[in-house]
Amino acid sequence: MSFVGLSSDEEQRMLKAIGVASFEELLAAVPRKARLERPLAVDGPLSEIELRRRFGDNARANAAEGAVSFLGGGIYDHYIPSALNALAMRSEFATAYTPYQPEVAQGTLTAIFEFQSLIAELTGCEVANASLYDGATAAVEAVLMARSQTGRARVVAAGAIHLHVLQVLNTYLDGRDLTLVPEHGGQVAPEDLEAAVGPDVACVLYQHPNFFGLLESPQTIHKLAHDAGALAIAHCDPIALALLEPPGASGADIVVGEGQSLGNPPSFGGPLLGFFACRASLVRRMPGRLAAETVDRHGRRGFVLTLQTREQHIRREKATSNICTNQGLLALRATIYMGLMGREGMREVAELCVQKTHHAARLAAAIPGYRLAHDGAFFREFALECPVDAAAVVRAGLERGILPGVDLGRFRPEWKRRLLVAVTEQRSAAEIERWAETLRTAGGKR
Amino acid sequence: MGYPADVRYTREHEWARMENGLVTVGITSYATEQLGDVVFVELPAVGKKFEASKAFGVVEAVKTVSDLYSPISGEVVAVNEALAADPALVNQQPYGEGWMIRLKPRDAAEFNQLLSNQDYEKLLEEQHA
Amino acid sequence: MSAQGERAPVSLERRLLIEQGGPGHRGPALPVCDVPTRPLAELLPGARLRASLEFPQVSEPEVVRHFIELSSLNHHIDRGFYPLGSCTMKHNPKINDELASLPGIALAHPLSPDEASQGALRVLHDLARTLAEITGFAAVTTQPAAGAQGETTGLLMIRAWHRSRGEGDRRRKVLVPDSAHGTNPASVHLVGYETVTVRSGSGANLDLAALKQALDPTVAAVMLTVPNTLGLFEPEILEVTRLAHEAGAQAYLDGANLNALVGLVRPGDLGFDVMHINVHKTFSTPHGGGGPGAGPVAVAAHLEPFLPVPVVTERDGRLRFDHDRPQSVGRVHSFYGNFGILVRALAYILTHGSSGLSRVSRTAILNANYLMRRLKTSYELPHDAHCMHEFVLSGRGLRKYGVKTLDVAKRLLDFGVHAPTVYFPLIVEEALMIEPTETETLDRLDHFAAAMERIAREARENPQVLRDAPLSTPNSRLDEGRAARELKLRWSVPGRETGAGAGRSAERQPIARS
Repeated sequence: MSFVGLSSDEEQRMLKAIGVASFEELLAAVPRKARLERPLAVDGPLSEIELRRRFGDNARANAAEGAVSFLGGGIYDHYIPSALNALAMRSEFATAYTPYQPEVAQGTLTAIFEFQSLIAELTGCEVANASLYDGATAAVEAVLMARSQTGRARVVAAGAIHLHVLQVLNTYLDGRDLTLVPEHGGQVAPEDLEAAVGPDVACVLYQHPNFFGLLESPQTIHKLAHDAGALAIAHCDPIALALLEPPGASGADIVVGEGQSLGNPPSFGGPLLGFFACRASLVRRMPGRLAAETVDRHGRRGFVLTLQTREQHIRREKATSNICTNQGLLALRATIYMGLMGREGMREVAELCVQKTHHAARLAAAIPGYRLAHDGAFFREFALECPVDAAAVVRAGLERGILPGVDLGRFRPEWKRRLLVAVTEQRSAAEIERWAETLRTAGGKR
Repeated sequence: MGYPADVRYTREHEWARMENGLVTVGITSYATEQLGDVVFVELPAVGKKFEASKAFGVVEAVKTVSDLYSPISGEVVAVNEALAADPALVNQQPYGEGWMIRLKPRDAAEFNQLLSNQDYEKLLEEQHA
Repeated sequence: MSAQGERAPVSLERRLLIEQGGPGHRGPALPVCDVPTRPLAELLPGARLRASLEFPQVSEPEVVRHFIELSSLNHHIDRGFYPLGSCTMKHNPKINDELASLPGIALAHPLSPDEASQGALRVLHDLARTLAEITGFAAVTTQPAAGAQGETTGLLMIRAWHRSRGEGDRRRKVLVPDSAHGTNPASVHLVGYETVTVRSGSGANLDLAALKQALDPTVAAVMLTVPNTLGLFEPEILEVTRLAHEAGAQAYLDGANLNALVGLVRPGDLGFDVMHINVHKTFSTPHGGGGPGAGPVAVAAHLEPFLPVPVVTERDGRLRFDHDRPQSVGRVHSFYGNFGILVRALAYILTHGSSGLSRVSRTAILNANYLMRRLKTSYELPHDAHCMHEFVLSGRGLRKYGVKTLDVAKRLLDFGVHAPTVYFPLIVEEALMIEPTETETLDRLDHFAAAMERIAREARENPQVLRDAPLSTPNSRLDEGRAARELKLRWSVPGRETGAGAGRSAERQPIARS
C-alpha cells in the first residue's frame, strides 16, 4: 500500500498532458543496465493491524515495558507532563518544515526564540542556539569553535567526562590533539588540569556533574583555562543547572550538554537534544540555527532565522559547521517542559532528585558488601561498589521488574563490580526500598 | 551609472583611493547592490599585513556573504570603527563614510596597476554579456 | 515600511512566556518528598548553588493556550502543500508516531543490557538489513543523527579505507559538482579534505571532460547527488563511477533524492561505494519544525570494517551490540542514533513493501513532470527535458517587472501553499526548485499550478502586490536585515537588565582576526 491518491484514470490524463505515451518514456535518461528488474526483498506491505502486532512484540521484548528504572549514564527517566505530550504531538509542530519562510512559521520560530532564552538563562550564558544533535556533538562543536577562535589545536579534557562523549570527540579530532587528564576518585584534580594546559591549548573541557554524578570545580577550572589563554567549556546536565550555579555565570566561555531530561523520553538513546550556549562575542562562530527578534512591515514583532550566512547552505566549505538540522521537535518539548515546570518546578525537580538519590545512597551503603565508590559530592547519580559483579545485580533486578543501575563493566573491565545508579523525582520511597531489597538479595543475603 | 573617477578599482569590486601616501579601501556600489543590506563587516586588526589579492575581511548581508580582497600589498594602519554600530554606511556611502580599511602600501607602483573607472565599467559590461 | 523603531504593541496571544503569569502562577505539581530529607548544604558540601532562576511562572492552562496559539501560526504538511525541492515533504503517517510511542519503545534505555533490549535491537537490525536491500549495499549503520552527519560518517570511512591502503596522506581532495547542496563542501571541509568543484555541462549534467581532468591520484572521492539537484538523472553515471574507481577514488552518493529511485534503481548497482539516506525525506519521518531526522549510511563490502561502533549482530536468534571493531571510525553519536525516528522509518517501509515503494518513485516522477509541463508556459525552464522527482524553474524573466523569485515565494504563501525551495541550486539564476512528492493529488497539483500562473500574471499587471506579499499571513514580510543587525537572540525579562545578546548591545565590535 502507499499514500498515493491517484487513480489510473488520472495517471493516464497526466501522461497525456505531459505528452508521453507511457511512464517508461519519462525514464529515458536512466540506462537500462542500471534499472532494478526484480522486486525488492523487503517485508510488507503490512496493514496497521499487522504493524501494531509486529512492533508490539518488539516493545514487549524490551525490559523497559513495566520496569522501574534507576538507569542514568546520560539518559534519565524524568517526569514528562501530560500537557507536554498533548501539545508537542500536534501536527502543527510535528509536521512543520524548517522555518525558512518565517511568515508561515511563527509558531516554530517563537518556540525556538523561547528555547534560546531559557537555555541562556539556565546555563548563565549570554546567547544560546536552537540546539544540535546531542550533547556529544555539542561538545565537539564547542571544541571546534574554540580551536577556530584561538587558532590553537590541542584540547584538554577531564577524564570524568561521559566516555561516549569522549569517543565521539576522538572521532571528530581524528585521534589527535586530545589530552585526557585522568580522574582520581571519580573527579579531576584542578592541579592536574593546570599541569596539562599550555600555550598550544585551545580549550579545557569538563563535565559538571560528571559521568559518575560528582560535582567538579567550575570556577577553578575556568580560571586555569583562561590563565593559559584557552577557552573553558562546561558540559552540563540541565536538571542540575536549576540548582547549581551555572558555569556561564562563573566564567565558562561555552556551556553545552544533553537536554533529553527536559521533557523527552529515553527512547533507547535517540533522538536527543544537544544544547549550546556561549558568550555574545562568540556568536558569529556559533554552529547551528539561531532565531532572532525583528518586526514585520506593520511594526509587529516576529522572529526569523538569522546569521544564516554562517550556515552550510550559504557559506558552504567556509561554514562554521555542516549541520543542517536542529532537533526542532525536541527543543520544542524542552521549551514546553521548562514553561510548564517554571521557576519553582525546575528547582523542585532538582531538589527531589538530590534528596532521593542521597536517600538511596545511604540505604545502599548500609547493606553489607556495598559502598559508594567515590567520596565527592554528587547530584543525581552515584557509582556503587558491589560485592558481586554489577551484571549479577542487574540480572537480579530484571527478575523483579527493576533496572537497578548501569553495569559500569561495559565501559571498563576494571569497573565490573560498579553499578551506576540514578534516582529521579519519579522514584517513590517504595520503589527505592524494592531497589535496596534487590541489592540485598544480589549481594548474597538471601 | 557612473563610477567615481577619483578612485581605482579591482576585478573583485573593491575600490582604492590614494591620499597622503595611504590607500583607503572599500567596496563599490555595484557590490553593495548585489549584496543587499549589509549587516556586518569583519575587519582585520590594525598592524596586520596583507598581500595583494588576499582576503582581508568578510562582508555579510542577510543571505549572502563575501570575502574582501586587498587591492594592494600593505599594512593596516586604520579600520573604520563606525561600521560596527552602523554597517548600513556601506550601502549608503560606499565610497565615503562606508570605507573599510586604510593601508600603508608596500609598493606605491601596485596602486597604478589597478583599474580606472572606465576599465571597471567595461569589466562590468563584459561580465553581464 | 513602518518608521524606524516604531513597534506595534504585542497582542495577548503573541506574548512570550516570560511576558505572562507571575509569582504564584504554577504548573503541574510534583509529589511531596516521601524520603527523609537533609539540608542541601550537607548533601552538596562545597557546591556553589545558583542565586536565582529567572524562568517564567505561568499556570498550566495558560501554557497550553500559549503553545496552541503558536501552533496556529504554522503551515505544516498535514495542512497543505510544500513543493520544496530537495526536501521531499510527503505525508507523515500517523501509525509511525503511534508505534514510536509504545512504552516499551519510548522508555527503552540505551544502557540496558542487550538481553533486556532485544526488541530495540530487532528494530535496528531489521532497518539496517532493509535499507541495505533498498539501496543495493552490503551493510548499513543507523547511527548518524542526520543527513549531514551521515555525510561526515561516510567521508570518515572513505578516509579510513584510504589510510588502510597507505594512501591516506596522498589523497586529499574530494570532487563536488557546482550544483551540490551546501552540506557537501561543508562536510568535506569538516573531515579535513579539500573541495574541488567540477562544473556542470551545458545540459546540466556532469561535464565528463572536466571530471576526467580533475580525477588524479590525489582525489579521495567523488561526491554526487543522483538524480542531481536539477532533478535530472546522470545518464553517464556508470561511466562516472567507473572513472572514479579507475583513478583510485571512492564514489559517494548524497541520498537526498532517493525518492526518485526507490524500487527503480539501486545506488549500489550504479557503482557507488557509500551513500547516506535522509529518512526524514524519502522515508516520511516528520520534520518537527527543523528536526530530528536521521542519516543512516550504506556501504559496499570493502567499507564494512570501518562502520561506526557498535554494530548490531545476530547469532542463534539473539541480537547483541558488537563493540569489537578495531577498524571502526569510532562513535558519531552518544548512543545508537535517533532510534525513535528509525522506528518510524522502518514502519513506513513495512507499510509499503516492495510494490508500495515502487509506486512512490513512479508517482513522484509523474507528479513532477506533470507540474513542469504546466509551469513551463509561465516561467523559464532552464533545462527542458523529462525530469525525475523535481525540477528547477528560473524567475529571471520576471526581473523586468521589478519582481524577484523571493517575491514569488512570498506571494505563494497567500494561496495557502508553502514556497518552493528558492535560490538553490546556485547554478540557476533566481532558482525555484519544485518537488511535489507522490502524496499530492491531481487536484492539489492543479491548484498549485493555477496559483503560480496567477502570480506570473500579477508580476506583469500588478507587481507591487508581489513585493508587498505576504498579505494574509500572521505576520507580513519580516525584516531579516534588522534581525541580523540587532541580534536580539533572547527575551528581555521585564524589569531586569539583561546583558549582551538581548538588544543592540549584542554584537557591536567587529571581530578582529587574531
